[in-house]
Amino acid sequence: MSETSDQLYNFALLDEDAKREIRRKLLKAVAIPGHLVPFASRDLPIARGWGTGGLQITLSIITPDDTLKVIDQGDDESVNAVNLRRLITRTTGVATTTDTAAATIIQTRHRIPEEPMRADQILVLQVPMADPLRWVEPNLERATIMHSEADYGKMWVYMYESVVRAGDLRIASQYPVIVNRRYLMDTTPIPRWDVPKLHMADTLYLFGAGREKRIYAVPPYTVVEPLQFEDYPFRTEYRPGQRCARCGADNTFLTEHFVSDSNGGRWETTCSDAAYCAKRVAQMEATA
Amino acid sequence: MGYVAVRGGSEAVARAEELVECLRLLGGSTPLQLPQIRDQLRHAVSRAMHEGALYAPLLAALAVKQAEGDSIEAAFLLRAYRTTLPRVMASLPVSGREMFCLRRISASFKDIPGGQMLGPATDYLIRLLQPALAHEDVRAVIAAAERYAALVEAGKPQPGAWGRFPKVTEYMRQEQMIVDVPAEPAREEPFDITREPLTFPCPRSARLQAMAQADTGSLMSLAYSSTRGYGDAHPTLVELRYGYLPVHVAHPLTGEPVTIGEIEATEAEIASKAHSVTNHAEPPRFNVGYGFAFGQSELKVMSMAILDSVLTQARIGSLAGESGPAANEEFVLLHTDGIEASGFVAHYKLPHYVTFAADLSVLDRARDHHAQRQSRLGQLVDQALTSDSR
Repeated sequence: MSETSDQLYNFALLDEDAKREIRRKLLKAVAIPGHLVPFASRDLPIARGWGTGGLQITLSIITPDDTLKVIDQGDDESVNAVNLRRLITRTTGVATTTDTAAATIIQTRHRIPEEPMRADQILVLQVPMADPLRWVEPNLERATIMHSEADYGKMWVYMYESVVRAGDLRIASQYPVIVNRRYLMDTTPIPRWDVPKLHMADTLYLFGAGREKRIYAVPPYTVVEPLQFEDYPFRTEYRPGQRCARCGADNTFLTEHFVSDSNGGRWETTCSDAAYCAKRVAQMEATA
Repeated sequence: MGYVAVRGGSEAVARAEELVECLRLLGGSTPLQLPQIRDQLRHAVSRAMHEGALYAPLLAALAVKQAEGDSIEAAFLLRAYRTTLPRVMASLPVSGREMFCLRRISASFKDIPGGQMLGPATDYLIRLLQPALAHEDVRAVIAAAERYAALVEAGKPQPGAWGRFPKVTEYMRQEQMIVDVPAEPAREEPFDITREPLTFPCPRSARLQAMAQADTGSLMSLAYSSTRGYGDAHPTLVELRYGYLPVHVAHPLTGEPVTIGEIEATEAEIASKAHSVTNHAEPPRFNVGYGFAFGQSELKVMSMAILDSVLTQARIGSLAGESGPAANEEFVLLHTDGIEASGFVAHYKLPHYVTFAADLSVLDRARDHHAQRQSRLGQLVDQALTSDSR
């Protein structure tokens, strides 16, 4: 922390006991992939539901030598990403980057970066709901028993009913997966496109739910399988032929947005991973 | 079973009121002036107005002062005043499109026609107490005025292109993403719950009116329950806007619309997840919930819009999974009015001597019954034991 400001606050804001607890819970979470580990989520100077779970993990594992990237919906410049980055850098003084490859810790909301992450990097995901069983069993005590007995029948019925009623496994984001062939796990509201990136990855994925007070993890090289039926296999949002209007990529997750021009404006689709898109554009310009 | 009048209470009641007055002023600090409350406690004033269902900023400031900051009491004071006013006429329908926006955001699309405008927002504020605020004086007011003037100068928008924006829902309707504006049976005026009793099923206008004057915390709690697990809400904020909305009435003689003023208001539209297959003849579209309140009241309008969407889906039977209490229209509308709920909960402070005496006699009879049964049971057990030992 800088000498001049905020002497009132510890490095990375949280007190050392809080960090120690979170690190211990993280170790447990890594040891039991996909299992929800309760933790005593601390109050933070940002609101619940705005990333307090991910933030507590980041603040507990960050060191002065780390290089941090914070994204919200894939974008480093999204207001909440800017805000969280401001809080973390203000209380740690760490270096920041928008380049996925250059970061050691990436905190994210609703996306996994397009560029494959390495074994020396950690992705911290902000989690709103924590337990996919919530959809079928809101009572925490009963849901915990269901997890301990690997009793996921209700979830399969829910999936079946969604196929019958809507003709699809109508879960757009936050797609449930089975981790290490044992635990049903909430992937957080990442699009389906990102779900396969969890499977047998080089990277450690840490999940923090501040309001729900749960931590969980997918360690590297873990089997992560989306819930699916033989005749209704899991599919991503990928549509052949669709490409980014800015960088031309046809293998990224795209979002729609409005672009103003002299004719009043138009809607176009571009990469949701803004830094990746910018990197591709810069590369193309350099080679052109 | 009637309530007993409080006896010998006139003197006590008068003294109690005096004490409240004294406690408010006994600290010796300068009495609050209404403009201070209106300007510096904006959210308290907004809340008194929307829950009190009366747009009157200075009266709301008075209510906040008189209620010593208690939000429900302040709303109660305003509502009790509103009821004494004649209802002169209904205003003409007004669209949020006409709002002169100070702030408009969408969580559905990164960029929207007209652009995102963050405006005055504390959402991204790092919640650290600001000690400097404790020692503010008149110099701070002057400095703020100068900073504001500089901000306005720096951010001057293109002439003709500011203030009013197209609505994100317009685009989504064009693209068939969301349901059309629901048709309501033709009525000359919307349902008015202050003039007609709320019975169920109720028209949507009654639902929206009831929620517009409901307690913020109650709406929030139910909306939260539905999004957290005891429900199927899955909301996406299509658009939230805050600003000034003109109010028009039809001229009583000519019938021409006449603008009679403007109100500070917040409006939210929320799309539910693709769950809503509303009609088997039509392709599925997202459902839309609507929220509106006086002042800058974002939590209230978002809670309201979430509940409106859930209740609409419950009505058409398109909810999946756990429906929860938030999907029960009677439950939501009958338990979220802060004035009704606070009044009834507090009424248990009233004397209940008679009812309690009656309860006591029932308790006595139950005890007698229990004792008799125990003794009979005891006799039977004794008999059984003695017969065993034989």
